[in-house]
Amino acid sequence: MSTWIDACAPDDIEEEDVIRFDHGGVTLAIYRLEDDRFFATAGLCTHEAVHLSNGLVMGKVIECPKHNGRFDIPTGQAKGAPACINLKTYPVKVEAGRVFVDLG
Amino acid sequence: MGTEPGIAPGIVPGIVIIGAGEAGARAATALRENCYAGPITLIGEERHLPYERPPLSKTAMTAADEPVAATILTDDQLAAHGIRHLSGVMVTDIDRAGHAVALDDGSRLPYTRLLLATGARPRKLSTPGAEAGNLLYLRTFTDALAMRAHLKPGIRLVVIGGGFIGLEIAASALERGCSVTVVEMAPRILGRAVPAEVAATVAEAHTAAGIRLVTGIGLASIEDKAVLLADGTRLDCDAIIAGVGAIPETGLAEKAALAVENGIRVNGQLQTEDPDIFAAGDCCAFPHPVFGGRRLRLEAWRNAQDQGNHVARAMLGDTAEFAAIPWFWSDQHDQTLQIAGLPDEGDTTVTRDLGGTTLYFHLKAGRLVGASAFGPIGKVAREIRLAEMLIAKRAHPAPAALADPSVKLKSLLAAEALAA
Repeated sequence: MSTWIDACAPDDIEEEDVIRFDHGGVTLAIYRLEDDRFFATAGLCTHEAVHLSNGLVMGKVIECPKHNGRFDIPTGQAKGAPACINLKTYPVKVEAGRVFVDLG
Repeated sequence: MGTEPGIAPGIVPGIVIIGAGEAGARAATALRENCYAGPITLIGEERHLPYERPPLSKTAMTAADEPVAATILTDDQLAAHGIRHLSGVMVTDIDRAGHAVALDDGSRLPYTRLLLATGARPRKLSTPGAEAGNLLYLRTFTDALAMRAHLKPGIRLVVIGGGFIGLEIAASALERGCSVTVVEMAPRILGRAVPAEVAATVAEAHTAAGIRLVTGIGLASIEDKAVLLADGTRLDCDAIIAGVGAIPETGLAEKAALAVENGIRVNGQLQTEDPDIFAAGDCCAFPHPVFGGRRLRLEAWRNAQDQGNHVARAMLGDTAEFAAIPWFWSDQHDQTLQIAGLPDEGDTTVTRDLGGTTLYFHLKAGRLVGASAFGPIGKVAREIRLAEMLIAKRAHPAPAALADPSVKLKSLLAAEALAA
C-alpha cells in the first residue's frame, strides 16, 4: 500500500543536489538531478551511517561526505568499496507543486 | 585462470601482501576486482580480521558498549574472494633472489609479486621517565581497548602531542567525562600539514569544549602520575597518552636492501627498485605528479584505500601513475577538519565564508594546490571535495570567484572541463 508523504517543494532542492528528509523515525535523502528528475533513497550511507544529504551529487551519483562511498541515485546501487551494500530506494512523484515520497 | 606476469605456466606462487591493514586488505580485494585469478596471501601480525583504524581514536573510545573492531574483510568475504589470510604471523625476511618471504614460524612462502603494506608504528617519546611503561600509545584495536579502560569519568588525563591522534583522543576522553590537558611542544597544534588559521579554529573549539591546551613548552620528565614541563609546571594526572607521530615500518625493506627515504621509496607505479616488490599506504614514500614530483608519505585512510586500489592494478601490469590528491579528515567535538591537496605548497590564501565556517583555498602562482576547513560536515565536506577535483585538474580559478560564496565551486569545475 502506498503512503505518499508530502516532503518538500521542488525548489527546496537545488539542481543536482540533495536534501535530508525525516519522517516517522526514517531518514531519507531526496535528490533533484540536472534533468529535474527527483529520487529518494535511505538517508544514511550503508558503510558507516553518515548522512548522505551532506554529500556531493555529480550527475546521477551521490558520494558520501566521509569516505567517498558512491551510489547510483535512481537504483541505490553501491558503486564499489567502501560502499558495498545498496541503498534502499523509495518512489517519488511531483504533484501539484509538491514532492511526495512513498514510504510504503 | 589468469596467467601470472613473468612466470612459467605451472609455477604460480601468486601475490603475497605483507600487512593486513587498510592498504593491504584493499589491494587484496582490488586484485580480484581486476580479474586476477592467482593465489593471494594476506599476512597480518595482529590476531584480528582486517579492520578500519579511523574509529579507534573516536567511536571505539566513546561508545557506551564494549566496541568491536570494524571489520573490512569478514571470513566469508575472504573465502568468497579466495584470499588466504594469515593472522598473528610475522614476516622475518624477504629473499629477493629466491622470490620468497620467511615467516616467524620457520616456513617460507614464495611469491611472484610482493606488496609491502606494513604501515607505521607510533613514535615513542624519549623524555626521561617515558620508558617506564605507564605511557599509552594508539595504533591497534588492542591498544584502543587498553586506552578505553583508562578513560573513566573524572580521571585526569594528559595527552602529549597536539596532532590529529592526540586531539581526537582528547575530544573522545572529554566526552567520556575525563579532565583533559593536551601538551604540544611546538608553538601551535597540528603542525605544518594544517594552515595556522585552521589550527587556531580547532584550538578554539577544544578550549571552548573544556580541554586545556598547553603549547610551546617542552617536556622535562614523565613520572608515574605526573608530567613535568620544561618551565617547571607539574601536571598531576591519572593517565598519560602520547600521540607524537608515527614512524613508517620499513625494517623488512631495509633488511632486503630496498631504498628507504622516510618510507619505502617507490616510483609513480608504487613499485620499488625491485620490479616485483611494491609498497602502499603509510609505509611508502611516493612522488606526486600533481605537485612537481614532490615525494610524499601520507598517513591517511583515504590514501591507503587509493593506493591499495592503484597498487593492485600496478602489480598486474598497469603502468598508470598514482595521482590521487591527498585528502584527509579528522573528527573533533562534532566538527570535522578536512584538508585536500597540500596547503603548505601555497603562497597565497583566499577565504570563502560558508556561513560561520571559513573555507581556505591555498594557491601557488595562481594554481589551486590545497583547501582546508574546520566546521560542521554539512558545510565543509562538499566544498572540500569539489576543491579536491579542482586541484586534480591543476585549475587556476580566479581568486575573486573562490572568495565569492555565490559562485558555486561546481561551476568552476564545469568551466575547467570546458577549457580542457
